[in-house]
Amino acid sequence: MASKLASFLLRRSASNGRVVSRHQCRRITATTPRASSSLNVHRDAPNNNPSIPFKFTPQNEKLVEEILTRYPSQYKKAAVMPLLDLGQRQHGFTSISVMNEVARILEMPPMRVYEVATFYTMYNRTPVGKYHVQCCTTTPCQLRDSDSIMKAITSHLGVQNGETTPDNLFTLTEVECLGACANAPMVQINDDYYEDLTAETTVDLLKSLQAAAEQTGAHATGSAPGLAGDAGKGAVKGAERNVQGGGERTSKNQGRGYSAQGVKLPSPGPLSGRTTCEPKTGLTSLLEVKEWSDAKMRQDGAL
Amino acid sequence: MLAKPATSSKALSSLHQRVGPCIASASRLPPPSSSRQQRRNLATVQDGTPKRTHGNLPDQDRIFTNLYGHHGADLKSAMKYGDWHKTKEIILKGHDWIISEIKASGLRGRGGAGFPSGMKWSFMNFKDWDKDTKPRYLVVNADEGEPGTCKDREIMRKDPHKLVEGCLVAGRAMNCTAAYIYIRGEFYHEATVLQRAIQEAYKAGLLGKNACGSGYDFDVFIHRGMGAYVCGEETSLIESLEGKPGKPRLKPPFPAAVGLFGCPSTVANVETIAVAPTICRRGASWFNSFGRERNSGTKLFCISGHVNNPCTVEEEMSIPLRELIDKHCGGVRGGWDNLKAIIPGGSSTPILPRRICDEQLMDFDALKDSQSGLGTAAVIVMDQSTDVVRAIARLSKFYHHESCGQCTPCREGSKWTDQIMQRFEKGEGREREIDMLQELTKQVEGHTICALGEAFAWPLQGLIRHFRPELEERIRQTKVQGGEPLAGGWVHDAQKRGMLIAPGQ
Repeated sequence: MASKLASFLLRRSASNGRVVSRHQCRRITATTPRASSSLNVHRDAPNNNPSIPFKFTPQNEKLVEEILTRYPSQYKKAAVMPLLDLGQRQHGFTSISVMNEVARILEMPPMRVYEVATFYTMYNRTPVGKYHVQCCTTTPCQLRDSDSIMKAITSHLGVQNGETTPDNLFTLTEVECLGACANAPMVQINDDYYEDLTAETTVDLLKSLQAAAEQTGAHATGSAPGLAGDAGKGAVKGAERNVQGGGERTSKNQGRGYSAQGVKLPSPGPLSGRTTCEPKTGLTSLLEVKEWSDAKMRQDGAL
Repeated sequence: MLAKPATSSKALSSLHQRVGPCIASASRLPPPSSSRQQRRNLATVQDGTPKRTHGNLPDQDRIFTNLYGHHGADLKSAMKYGDWHKTKEIILKGHDWIISEIKASGLRGRGGAGFPSGMKWSFMNFKDWDKDTKPRYLVVNADEGEPGTCKDREIMRKDPHKLVEGCLVAGRAMNCTAAYIYIRGEFYHEATVLQRAIQEAYKAGLLGKNACGSGYDFDVFIHRGMGAYVCGEETSLIESLEGKPGKPRLKPPFPAAVGLFGCPSTVANVETIAVAPTICRRGASWFNSFGRERNSGTKLFCISGHVNNPCTVEEEMSIPLRELIDKHCGGVRGGWDNLKAIIPGGSSTPILPRRICDEQLMDFDALKDSQSGLGTAAVIVMDQSTDVVRAIARLSKFYHHESCGQCTPCREGSKWTDQIMQRFEKGEGREREIDMLQELTKQVEGHTICALGEAFAWPLQGLIRHFRPELEERIRQTKVQGGEPLAGGWVHDAQKRGMLIAPGQ
């Protein structure tokens, strides 16, 4: 009893002390604290709390099984990154329920999944708009005037870095180098790269995306981000820009756009008329590409 | 991509040192008596040996023939242009033959550090490796994140079969059971193209059980990253592949002993792997005939920034920087005289001012002699209109954002340098703070687990080395406008405004 009392008294006195010290507290740092690029803690929100159920769709369940076969069976947790990505694609963002579900599937402590989800920047732990506009502003893009692109986007959409438009259509994020420096400046919208931009083409691009969303009505229903494009459906020699057959050079199809859900959209890639990464005034190398001939083969006869 | 291990470059330089004295002692030997009368002074130029210039690579010697999307990325067109030709014969030659070919070709890692690839691959076949029952992995580093670099992307989306075939050949050389290709998450379409190429290869029996009919089993998997620059470092890439945050591991043990999933593994860049089959097909001597000694081969250069036509191009190693820009990029914007500075190998290599760029050769050793590095051969060009302080300040911000936070010198140092550079950009600072910044970068260098510490220290050192007058001028101008800021970047009248500043000033 006495010991209990003593601890009670101690606690009281400690809390009294705290009250006193609170008055004497002064700020040591005079600088305004700068929040890092994103908050690394979870705060329950109406649309993001552990009581919201999340399940993979039957189609995605099959994908989960396929993903698990890629890794050794005793290292199931290696699949955490692809599964979180799949969950994000299904749910729209990586909510705490997605993380918990992934932890359950992979039989790993939820905290290990949270660690991964907070470390990598491509997991959006807060909802993003239908189009996630990621504008690169690192030095190579900056040299090609990415400032004007950033300005065009902010003034057209009326949002700042990290904000979403009121209609939940666009989220603007300033990101670090996206690896398309010969085609700078560029933005990534969901999975697509739009390169060789100018302020005008950027605004045109945003306008056509806006129009497309309004036409399909995806805008109002607020479905999962990204229009399910035709890309990825054709055969290897098919229509996808990146894997076209030899006959139809991509340059011919520049600006043709691609159709998704009955709406024309500008095709990803350079918007300046270039095909990919070649010099814009004409090729300086690979002027004629010859088929393989055994004349090229090594002459010492080792093979 | 991060310049890989610091140890590798150390190992290289120690190798040079070891070789150096032998050469020196050999030259000190008395010359044979017969030639004594012909003895010449050391200063005499050897006549008769023509001075060799590099560059001007003919089209038939280019490895990446589909760099500009000439044909499709499918298996049929890839085979038409030489991929998967006699792969079975190469595999049947065995690991010793492949490694000796790669060694003879003089191929150096294309990911930044420039470690000799043949030697690196041979580490996997240590003594009694065949008695070990563990699986062995080849990990291909396609986490291309270094600002300025865009070469691996072009390989993956246009020549994916070169990479897939390279995985098989390099995997055979290291006796691996499987390869994982770690692609950065932003490259979604590139991953799609590559995945299709892998599926085609499986269908055609080129991969999987009894790959190419050689009796060798080999699998290739794709793993997509999720946006972390630091995962371009080999050990953090392994961590990330194991499903953890990508924080680099301490070495040793090196990945060749304990790597992915605790098994022997080797991490190599996409370009290194993709050129391996062509080297085996066309011969080590063919590859070695390009470039200067110890810097052999061809290389993909990505030129961005203030040039008329930014592009990615395959050229011979040791090509003069000026020729590279004038020939393929239509010159610097406003002519060569308008050039201010060039970052020669991706953001983590020190910047070079114009007077060095005039005569600079683009290879590992020549750039090292100019106190910079070839890195990933991503040339970032800046003309006279550039605010060079701002350009480097932006890189500091990049490294601040991308530091994984594991080692204190890098986590704190990258933040401090970012803050200091933001002040310098506006001229808010004291001249002596430039030296403090230099000292700070020197404290970080070599005191971190991975090379990210060096990566953010070197550009700043380069800036101070070559553009110190510009920094000082900016500080002086601010001083004239307002008053000299107090140490720590406080405005000169901070005390009057009642701000809390450090005592003693």
